[in-house]
Amino acid sequence: MATVAAVIASTHHPFYYRASTSAGEDRPPFADEWVAKIEAFRETLTRARPDVLVMVGSDHFHQLWLDNMPQFLVGKAPCYDANFYNEEREFGLPRMFVRGQEDLSAYLLRQGLDAGFDLAFSNELRIDHSITCPLMTLRPQADLPIVPIYTNIFAPPLPQPRRFVQLGKTIRQLVESWPSQARVAIIGTGHLSLELGGPRQFGPHGPDPEFDRQAVEWIASGDLTSALAEVSLDSLWLPGNATHGFMDFMLMMGVAGENAKADHVDSLDLFHTMEAYFTWYPKEAGEIE
Amino acid sequence: MSRYLLDKFLYTVDRDPDLLERYRNDPRGTVQWWEAERANVILNCPGLECSTWLAFTHAEREALATHDYVTLFELGSHNFLLLTLFIALFERDYSEPLGFQREFAARLGHWTVPYPDIST
Repeated sequence: MATVAAVIASTHHPFYYRASTSAGEDRPPFADEWVAKIEAFRETLTRARPDVLVMVGSDHFHQLWLDNMPQFLVGKAPCYDANFYNEEREFGLPRMFVRGQEDLSAYLLRQGLDAGFDLAFSNELRIDHSITCPLMTLRPQADLPIVPIYTNIFAPPLPQPRRFVQLGKTIRQLVESWPSQARVAIIGTGHLSLELGGPRQFGPHGPDPEFDRQAVEWIASGDLTSALAEVSLDSLWLPGNATHGFMDFMLMMGVAGENAKADHVDSLDLFHTMEAYFTWYPKEAGEIE
Repeated sequence: MSRYLLDKFLYTVDRDPDLLERYRNDPRGTVQWWEAERANVILNCPGLECSTWLAFTHAEREALATHDYVTLFELGSHNFLLLTLFIALFERDYSEPLGFQREFAARLGHWTVPYPDIST
């Protein structure tokens, strides 16, 4: 059976690419510290020696639209083109191309359907910065095949937080039962408190530093009980109008497991939002050098 | 209530560089053309298979035609679509980094949660 080599959760800040590649007067003052944290975070994936990446993110109204909106969708394609014109325009993101691990996609779809998740699928999926940002930070050579999984954290009605957690637990079980010798890293990105298109956007910190502090504590300690007790679809409007992306972190807490303490925890308080980075090494991942 | 159609306008303009410039330069004309020619196009269907019933309310049409993002926010257009499109339209007119984004926030400063409903 396949081995879960690492479980990784992070924010996906689309400004990282431009900040980290800029020089001279264009380079923001926080870029060097940010790059150092990302390089340390990248090392946590490299050390796990993955062969395949399962990548959880959320389409930002790029390919998926309100005339036909899936709640949870698995990409099943041999290849994925990546990044969109408006991401190039606003964030300077490059166009990318990634191979797909189609047999694992097929396995997750069949077994996921049988496990009670009516997963949508796509045979021609263009992936956006929720998946390319972690590729650029964690595996910039983008040389490993992926299985993209999209969640709806944007377009109400949304699934409940507990459903994200259940899906995370199911993804973990399914990857562990995949008949393969591959080492699989499961990576997901979301948000802490975030405001986009509202009065609290682009402040000196994230819109709700207290929520961020609490959220980092929940994630780092795997405290799903508290997170599920305190987070609801209604409550997530309060820390910022784009904070439902925190449910992707909750999904990843489901992947990591109840009370699983993260082996790597880091964060960076940027203007506009707090960045946060977590890596767990399951026992069965073996020796991590 | 046609929040869906408001969002469809923001979405389809945001993803088309030519239409974006057209909307910046001639908002009223672009909205009028779009409502007549594009509003009822189902995005994953050929032109033969259009919808027949989608139209803006007067308030929505006016808000779009005047680039009035405060009113669009108040009408419940999706915050992410609204921000992304309006950054593309107006960020270029501000010399300070994030100057437009901060003005956008300030002009909505009279709002506290709960914000207008964005569900469609």
